[in-house]
Amino acid sequence: MNVEAIKSIYAFEMARTRRTLLQSVVSPVITTSLYFIVFGAAIGSRMQEVEGVSYGAFIAPGLIMLTLLNQCISNGSFGIYFPKFMGTIYEILSSPISMLEIVIGYVGAAATKGLIVGTIILITASFFVDITIKHPVMMVLFFVLTAVTFSLFGFMIGIWAKDFEQLNLFPMLIVPPLVFLGGSFYSIDMLPPFWQAVSHFNPVLYLVSGFRWSFYEIADVNPIVSLVTVLGFLVVCLSITAWIFKTGYKLKN
Amino acid sequence: MAPIVSIRNLTKSYATGFKALKGVDLDIEEGEILALLGPNGAGKTTMISIICGIVTPTSGTVTVGGHDIQQDFRRTRSIIGLVPQELTLDAFETVWNTVSFSRGLHGCKPDPALIERILKDLSLYDKKDTMLRHLSGGMRRRVLIAKALSYEPKVLFLDEPTAGVDVSLRKDMWQLVERLRANGVTIILTTHYIEEAEEIADRIGVINHGEILLVEEKQALMAKLGRKQMTVELAEPLAAIPDTLSPFGLTLSEEGARLVYEFNASGERTGISSLLAALSQAGLRVKDISTEQSSLEDIFVELVGEGK
Repeated sequence: MNVEAIKSIYAFEMARTRRTLLQSVVSPVITTSLYFIVFGAAIGSRMQEVEGVSYGAFIAPGLIMLTLLNQCISNGSFGIYFPKFMGTIYEILSSPISMLEIVIGYVGAAATKGLIVGTIILITASFFVDITIKHPVMMVLFFVLTAVTFSLFGFMIGIWAKDFEQLNLFPMLIVPPLVFLGGSFYSIDMLPPFWQAVSHFNPVLYLVSGFRWSFYEIADVNPIVSLVTVLGFLVVCLSITAWIFKTGYKLKN
Repeated sequence: MAPIVSIRNLTKSYATGFKALKGVDLDIEEGEILALLGPNGAGKTTMISIICGIVTPTSGTVTVGGHDIQQDFRRTRSIIGLVPQELTLDAFETVWNTVSFSRGLHGCKPDPALIERILKDLSLYDKKDTMLRHLSGGMRRRVLIAKALSYEPKVLFLDEPTAGVDVSLRKDMWQLVERLRANGVTIILTTHYIEEAEEIADRIGVINHGEILLVEEKQALMAKLGRKQMTVELAEPLAAIPDTLSPFGLTLSEEGARLVYEFNASGERTGISSLLAALSQAGLRVKDISTEQSSLEDIFVELVGEGK
């Protein structure tokens, strides 16, 4: 294992985060605070409790997930897309490193950054609403697994993307509807039966539901099912990544 | 001694059907400087990219230091350095960080003293904290070299190292190549500049349309293919070449004052003595004689022209 190389890639990516502190950390925190002010304090105060939890507290896990997904996908994709775009990828490809090491470096850094931002938002949220975490171990497990899985998903997008348009496709156009329709701001019990059934095809529902369960023990789907879904998606992403490196898809041709 | 790089029947075809390499065989000896000459699109960069692991070959094998570049990529890539043709560098990194990054990628522990020495050798040390986007083209080229040297490779590929580089930097670069060779580094450089190959290479390979046309010792190549020209300046101009001189295949200059004789310098009989005898027999007075050897450039143009 080329540990020095993993350390180098990881440190390089984290240095990029430090250089862009404003856009990578400050901006998501401001955005999420706005959500809490609007949905938590202003609108939430006039809303009923959802399954015994105040509305502001109910949406907190969903908001953390929304930010975590976006952060991880954009960091993961940008980290590998940028060297591809600049041409500096030649160095990664000609180094004595395996696919696994490249993935650990880039995805590890993207996930770390996502987790840092997610944690900051959790802390920010606790200033606006009462947050309780009933299953801390499960909460951390969901948190970390989601960060790693979606950073890896972002990494794949970064390799696939031909231009900045495609690079932004997922974080801008695909993730928001999935998160908004995945029960981040409501319990799917509130939906008519048809839309409840449709919601079950949305993978984000399982994430948000499992994550919220670890906070308040309320869930739209069984938390074990949630966990298996995340793990399943991780395995799919890992397999596709392995295939990319094996065939050199869009990297070595 | 086994060659340090051994290429066998290497091919590369792209999905478009374009064949960048058509069965290349090449052995590169340890410690030599090999110059690869070829026009744009000849396949030089593709070949280098395959050896370094950037491009997957369609078929064929390459070993570096006795190890296969695909099965044993860790071994081969840790002894290969690559200075790419394009000035591809991160815009927002500092010189020091990007050079240290390359060292780390190749699995070497940080060695600030070594990085400092490399940067000083390349006159980059005073720019170590400068962001790469603020550097001039020549400096970026040197940063790319510093990156490739940061992990002390045994085989160094320089892809068009002096393209767009001014004369003094080009001379510096040649000196650097000499120093590296003195340390036992094998160097493969591609170039457009024939004089560069002529100046620093031990052997010269000519590549065109994805095929190696020849690989020869520089001296042998020049001797083998080098045509010599002898120009005889006459005291009085001639109207036509006398019949007695016709076996020599001479050409007469327009004003009739010079006779040009072409001969093969490596041939057993150059025919110079008999020509001179024939000249005096014909009663021609010779004012001056000069000879000229064709340059590598002429040889190259001739070869590539034939390949078309």
